Amino acid sequence: MSSPDLSTSLGRGAPPSAPDGTPARSTRAGALRRRLPGSLAWHTGSLAILAVILYPVIWVIGGSFKNSEDIVGSLDLFPADPITANYTSLADGIADIQISTFFVNSLFLAVGSVVGIVVSCSLTAYAFAKIRFTGRNLLFTLMIGTLLLPYHVLLIPQYVLFRNMDMINTYTPLLLGKYLATEAFFVFLMVQFMRNLPRELDEAARLDGCGHFRIYWSIVLPLCRPALITSAIFTFINVWNDFMGPLIYLNEPGKYTVSLGLKMFVDQEGVANYGGMIAMSLVALLPVLAFFLAFQRYLIDGMATSGLKG
Amino acid sequence: MGSAVTHAPATEDLTRDSEPRHGPVKSPRPAALKRRGRRENLAGYLFMSPWIAGFLLLTAGPMAASLYFAFTDYNLFDAPRWIGLDNFSEMFADPRWRHSVQVTLWYVVVGTPIKLIAALGVALLLAQKRRGQAFYRAAFYAPSLIGASVSVAIVWKAIFSDDAVVDRTQKLFGIDAGGWTGDPDLIIYSLVALTVWQFGAPMVIFLAGLKQVPRELYEAADVDGAGRLRQFWNITLPMISPVLFFNVLLETIHSFQIFSSAYIVGGGAGGNACGPADGTMVYTCYLYVQGFENSRMGLASAMAWMLLVAVALVTAVLFWSQKRWVHYEEGGR
Repeated sequence: MSSPDLSTSLGRGAPPSAPDGTPARSTRAGALRRRLPGSLAWHTGSLAILAVILYPVIWVIGGSFKNSEDIVGSLDLFPADPITANYTSLADGIADIQISTFFVNSLFLAVGSVVGIVVSCSLTAYAFAKIRFTGRNLLFTLMIGTLLLPYHVLLIPQYVLFRNMDMINTYTPLLLGKYLATEAFFVFLMVQFMRNLPRELDEAARLDGCGHFRIYWSIVLPLCRPALITSAIFTFINVWNDFMGPLIYLNEPGKYTVSLGLKMFVDQEGVANYGGMIAMSLVALLPVLAFFLAFQRYLIDGMATSGLKG
Repeated sequence: MGSAVTHAPATEDLTRDSEPRHGPVKSPRPAALKRRGRRENLAGYLFMSPWIAGFLLLTAGPMAASLYFAFTDYNLFDAPRWIGLDNFSEMFADPRWRHSVQVTLWYVVVGTPIKLIAALGVALLLAQKRRGQAFYRAAFYAPSLIGASVSVAIVWKAIFSDDAVVDRTQKLFGIDAGGWTGDPDLIIYSLVALTVWQFGAPMVIFLAGLKQVPRELYEAADVDGAGRLRQFWNITLPMISPVLFFNVLLETIHSFQIFSSAYIVGGGAGGNACGPADGTMVYTCYLYVQGFENSRMGLASAMAWMLLVAVALVTAVLFWSQKRWVHYEEGGR
């Protein structure tokens, strides 16, 4: 781990010490001399990328404290005399609807989705990972197939279906799929996780006479916590950001989510209250950023494992 | 509601059922084995029942319906009327449809490679163990989480508009192109920039793949005197090719489906839903316009099926090509 030879062998660092065992001192000093510029280049490069990555975020933070006319016009990231008028203007709401309404709606949808995904996807994943039943492989292939299916093929028929069931302008179309494990990515993530659990645990439980539900509930589910947390956070963020679903199914501003509220802001007051729009953009991002700061390990690990088994 | 499975009596049955197995059965007789298999089947399908219901109701059923709609004239209010291939011939003759195909293909062909190259390049940089590596990895990943939001689309529109920071920076280099978001030809590149900005997700996957490359390979190559470039080309790239394949597949499929950012950056709403002179009229935008603004559900379904065929073709070509360039360990497929 800490050996300088190993740690740099990927990049342009020091070459490894010669296999014939030349005195360590001279190679190490040489390595250090050669490593220093490498280290400098590494940090310069990383910082440059970081600047590009962070620029839009810093821009929106600074912009939210500027006068509307300075937001695009001025290149200063932060204004000389910051104002809070953009934020206070949000208290007026949009089209007679309080901003907080959008947040409550989004929160309801996001939490409801998280519950649905965690329950339904873990049940499905348990069946794929731990129960040997006829047709399992076929169903698993179908499930993986839906991972690659473009959502837009389902968009219109699902809309027609929910319209016929009189569910337009309700949250049911946005929530139902979450309770029916239609998010194959999370099923897949949990299957991978459950397959890696030691077999002995559930075999021992079976010998003790535990049924599948007991094993699922008291053994597998607690051990799967990392996968469940990852799925929960991704779900929350995805639902919070979702724009197309609410755009299609919700048509009464009182039921709008934050994304739709923001879009309404753009259309109705984007010109008149540009600063307010920027401030609200930032406020809308805060929950996601908070989740990211709190749980980034889970998110990055979940992302990383998804690719390795693909 | 075509699901045949109900799940009410599920849980108690399962726990009760497994008890007799504990009994003093010496050699499992065929009948017992059969019974056990049946019980496993029952348990399996009970656990799967939400997914099966969802698959039938929200995936398979709608796909079949959509295929039917594709051959009908359907405006939501009157019953669908069978018109054969008319939707498809109208689609192919429609210059606006062809334009949306062009915009989407351009976005996919330009954006995806740049994004993946950026992801791989930065992953190679971060694969070196140095101080702050974990911090950079987390920071670079963050845009992938917020990039699809309306907020970022609004910010993007501002940053790339006339006289804003990108425009002014260009002017420093003597290029006076004006803002990208006001220009029908340039606005698509602001979307390309937006997707490249989200290189963090594939980067994290590349990083995980790089970690699994055995160190000995590089040491052996060093002994043989192979340079860094040779090592990258002959060791790193083949070793991470499964991960590369996964990223190419997923990013390409996702790029085909871009909607929100095109809709918001392009302006949205009304007759000019997607950009000045349809500059960001990507495929799904036009599908939305036809389906939900013009109430042409049949035509939009036909469009959706064309998208599915395109995505399936790309997937098939990628899977077919992987024999040539993707190396799985232990012989693989």
